[in-house]
Amino acid sequence: MQGIIAEIVAKYNYWIYVVLMMIGFYAMIGKRNLVKKLIGLNIFQTAIILFYVSTGVKRGGGIPIVDKHAALTHGIDPATVVNPLPHVLMLTAIVVGVSVTGVALAVLLRVYREYGTLEEDEILEKIGK
Amino acid sequence: MTTSNLHLYILAAPLLGAFAVNLLGRLSRRWVAPLTLGVLGYATIAALVVLARVLRDGTISYTIGNWRPPFGIELVIDPLGALMLLLISAVALTATFSSLTSIERELPGREHLFFTMYLLLIAGLTGLALTGDAFNLYVLLEITSITTYGLIAMGRGRAPLASFNYIIMGSIGACFYLLGVGYLYLLTGSLNMADIANILHGLQETAALATAFAFIMVGLWVKMAFFPLHSWLPNAYSLAPSGASVMIAPLMTKVTVFLMIRVMFSIFSPEYEFIQHAGVQSLIVWVAALAIVCASALALAQRDLKRMLTYIIVAEVGYMVGGVWLANSQGMTGAILHIVNDALMTLCLFLAAAAIAYRTGSLGFDSLQGLYRRMPITMAAFTIGAFSMIGVPPTAGFFSKWYLILGGIEANQWGYVAALLFSSLVNAVLFFRIIEIAYFRTGEVGHGHDHGHAAVRVEEAPLMMLAPLVLAALALIAVGFGSGPLVSGVIRLAVPGGF
Repeated sequence: MQGIIAEIVAKYNYWIYVVLMMIGFYAMIGKRNLVKKLIGLNIFQTAIILFYVSTGVKRGGGIPIVDKHAALTHGIDPATVVNPLPHVLMLTAIVVGVSVTGVALAVLLRVYREYGTLEEDEILEKIGK
Repeated sequence: MTTSNLHLYILAAPLLGAFAVNLLGRLSRRWVAPLTLGVLGYATIAALVVLARVLRDGTISYTIGNWRPPFGIELVIDPLGALMLLLISAVALTATFSSLTSIERELPGREHLFFTMYLLLIAGLTGLALTGDAFNLYVLLEITSITTYGLIAMGRGRAPLASFNYIIMGSIGACFYLLGVGYLYLLTGSLNMADIANILHGLQETAALATAFAFIMVGLWVKMAFFPLHSWLPNAYSLAPSGASVMIAPLMTKVTVFLMIRVMFSIFSPEYEFIQHAGVQSLIVWVAALAIVCASALALAQRDLKRMLTYIIVAEVGYMVGGVWLANSQGMTGAILHIVNDALMTLCLFLAAAAIAYRTGSLGFDSLQGLYRRMPITMAAFTIGAFSMIGVPPTAGFFSKWYLILGGIEANQWGYVAALLFSSLVNAVLFFRIIEIAYFRTGEVGHGHDHGHAAVRVEEAPLMMLAPLVLAALALIAVGFGSGPLVSGVIRLAVPGGF
């Protein structure tokens, strides 16, 4: 038991990422309201962003902005700066996530105009008629 | 403008064209058609030149902004990528003629918006064929998906709902892919495909590597609608405006199959997939066989031409995934040849469906009655597409199926071979049912005064829809006759080493 708790505490950010991902997954599959599904999708994407950002972080690492001359003459100790690449990748992923959300909201607007509701059950009922 | 950057212009032309169509299309709708056709015509010619060059000089590697790989984003044009470039631009160009006509009627006044997304989608697809960077691939995958969501949602009635379901499924797929790339990055510290492959070569087999591979594969399978992850596809493709489905249906799933080949052989290696995990390999071929059988059976239950075609697409995805995972050179050749053939067959059938929908307004089986008399040329082309789908020689569909069956026999995967034969039979039933309805049932029982003869006016689709359809049908026969040189000249080069 002690071992498991220590494991969870040591890598808590990765555990949070898995938990967030499962919450998002549940919302996408389990919820009947289309907007809630979309929010589930956002949580799912955020979980992945947390995963990427976690991979770049180092304990005791500073921001990766270094003095050019010092870096050229002495080199950089990689342990003193965090890895910026995963963070930069996530900027792109956030942009992608925002675009998907935007398109999805626009599509939901059209769904609402068509059926007058965003509850999946009611929509399916109206289609069935 | 030097010609050494030609492959970049194939990507840039539709991208810039999209903005031009949007801006100039606001001033006058007359700009839309010439701009779209011009851009795609240029891309097709450039793709031909690039393919010829790749075949002559070998793989081209291109660095954008002079950042050396593995730090910068690299474009890699190998024979397979060049073939895909040509396929994408040629199919898109052909589909555009029909699309222009049907969109003018379906979405009057919004043509410029439609074709902005249409061109962005094509730019995304060409980017997918070009890129040599795993993260760049994710971004391009999302560009194609987001534009597809938009195009599908422009349809009537239930289309926005189908589009929303696709958004949820498609985003899960993309997130899985991104997660897999994340694990690969943790293991290798690189995002360049060739660089990752090099580093992985020296790495021990770990659970993290298997996780990365599984996430990427499942992500791509969701995107390509590999059974049982296909549930979003039939609604999305059948409810989309016909101008959008003539381009999306032939290209999207096929390009994703190409991406699967890319990931399997440019990042991972055949030894990793087929030798270290032989159990998984044979399992996936069985799932593919199941996919073919189930999707074909579901196609039988449909009473609408376009819906039936969408289930056939799901079955065809099973063909290609199974062919790749057969792990021998026959199966691989068959799968790549089938990417080309299936794109052309689907193009031909969807163009025919668009032409029929343009004239009759509906694609229910009842409204197909007597079509052979009313639209003889459309139905002749449809019949060629149907024969190719069934696999009747000398149409193109026969040859790829032949390679796939040979590959299945060589790999001792009899379930897969049986599924292929079963699906051919089902396709025969499906299409002969339609041919029977359209040829023999005249549907004019109510009009007693003419007694049937000479009463049916020939009402062909407009030339803009008919010409690409006939072209696609001719291409099916031409590719069928030319499949020998195509296989020996291009596809053999594209089959990755190690077989």
